[in-house]
Amino acid sequence: MKDMIQDTDVLLSVRGLSKFYGARIGCAEVSFDLFPGEVMGIVGESGSGKSTLLNCMAGHLTPDRGEVFFAGRDGGLRDTLRMSEPERRMLGRTDWAFVHQHARDGLRMNVSAGGNVGERLMAVGARHYGAIRDSAVDWLGRVEIAEDRIDDRPTAFSGGMQQRLQIARNLITGPRLVFMDEPTGGLDVSVQARLLDLLRGLVREMGLSAVIVTHDLAVVRLLADRLMVMKDGHVVESGLTDQVLDDPQHGYTQLLVSSVLQV
Amino acid sequence: MTDYNFAYLDEQTKRMIRRAILKGLAVPGYQVPFASREMPMPYGWGTGGVQVSAAVMTPEDRFKVIDQGSDDTTNAVSIRRFFERTADVAVTEETQEATVIQTRHRIPETPLEAGQILVYQVPIPEPLRFLEPSEVETRKMHSLEEYGLMHVKLYEDISQHGAIATAYAYPVMVQDRYVMDPSPIPKFDNPKLHSPAIQLFGAGREQRIYAVPPFTKVVSLDFEDFPFEASKAAGACALCGADNSYLDEVIMDDAGHRMFVCSDTDFCTTRRAQGHVGAEGVPS
Ligand SMILES: [Zn+2]
Repeated sequence: MKDMIQDTDVLLSVRGLSKFYGARIGCAEVSFDLFPGEVMGIVGESGSGKSTLLNCMAGHLTPDRGEVFFAGRDGGLRDTLRMSEPERRMLGRTDWAFVHQHARDGLRMNVSAGGNVGERLMAVGARHYGAIRDSAVDWLGRVEIAEDRIDDRPTAFSGGMQQRLQIARNLITGPRLVFMDEPTGGLDVSVQARLLDLLRGLVREMGLSAVIVTHDLAVVRLLADRLMVMKDGHVVESGLTDQVLDDPQHGYTQLLVSSVLQV
Repeated sequence: MTDYNFAYLDEQTKRMIRRAILKGLAVPGYQVPFASREMPMPYGWGTGGVQVSAAVMTPEDRFKVIDQGSDDTTNAVSIRRFFERTADVAVTEETQEATVIQTRHRIPETPLEAGQILVYQVPIPEPLRFLEPSEVETRKMHSLEEYGLMHVKLYEDISQHGAIATAYAYPVMVQDRYVMDPSPIPKFDNPKLHSPAIQLFGAGREQRIYAVPPFTKVVSLDFEDFPFEASKAAGACALCGADNSYLDEVIMDDAGHRMFVCSDTDFCTTRRAQGHVGAEGVPS
């Protein structure tokens, strides 16, 4: 199996990933490849296993079976599930980023916006205050947060601002892969639209590689190159986003697209 | 007095504490858990330091206690009396004479020497606690040397105050490995953490012991553009004229007359005995 994927330029290769909660299936036999600069959308209702899958890939949950290969900067594929915890945590604050649905899960609420955005830089050894602050100002600007809010705590921010702050905090170190869990969930519709627009700009501008889990088809329509549709822990359909959404083959996808199942 | 073992604690407990101390000395800056005992004084009165002092004390020792630099606060007096009663140990106020010194909030001005033991009373041993409340997570951060968070704290200081405002319990990196809270000593004392003496830290309520062996490398954390400064109030001691000791501002009378004097009373007394006189001092 390793031979199959070794001579490609794949960034992330998921093979037979499965997670069970007792007799209940979390996710089962999920396999896919992600290439650099590509955005993979994973859609499904709540309970479909999409969040379980995301957390297994990102190392937050331990799957029962399968492999998650990630291409290191030297090009070699490494099984992230079997690397040591220090290595995986290092990956988590350098090459990987994770955007949580609830911004407060991904932010330090008792630390200023600048401190939140600068933390990953300091975690990898940045020791020049002025340079850290300049980067923080730059990144706040990129997510449309005014520079004069840099010393405010996230508790003083609106939900949409908190989410944009979380995105800046994650992207500042130029991660090569971003996991996003319902990044627009829980926000007002107008706020969602603005955030989505911002994310689309960042994805294009930075050539981000990302795996985005959502129940919102508008999110994947705008951001994802490819799509996987999940139901009861299984991938029931996958393909190019426009293809899947405009010409769904599986009955479940047809229901999703016709909005019958929209949550 | 005959109700107690030497220095109050039974020998088995002392052995347990000594093992923690030895482990601490073997892994400088690492917080060693220990089973803290009930002591006949409330937490916050230095029960961690008292247990460490009891475990290292021998009948031949000369014991000194300092509280905020002073030998005669209620806290210092009660701890000194405790060991006079339970260990019948000799006591002294002179830093140079002491073999075991228990301290809260200061390192003596007089340089310590090989053979001396400095025992710190520690309220909160975990330097990462203020930003990461989870004990499981802070332990993991120590074991993996994930210390970026310490600089987030310093970053916050600078962004709020224009400088690193942390004045006490200023975090240090010990022997290029563990970040350590030096207890609430003023950062002026941080350079003295590199010392020929043995330094032991005891936290009673939090049940932790840690140590800095003689001549261990101890570096105060900082930024390249905001380097660490061992600062103190400007000026000289009003009583002895010393301009290189840590000063406390004291109110002298009901009229609110203030002056700066050495926080280390033994240091100040010794200097005055040697004939040094400050601006408001009188020759002794
Ligand atoms: Zn003086």
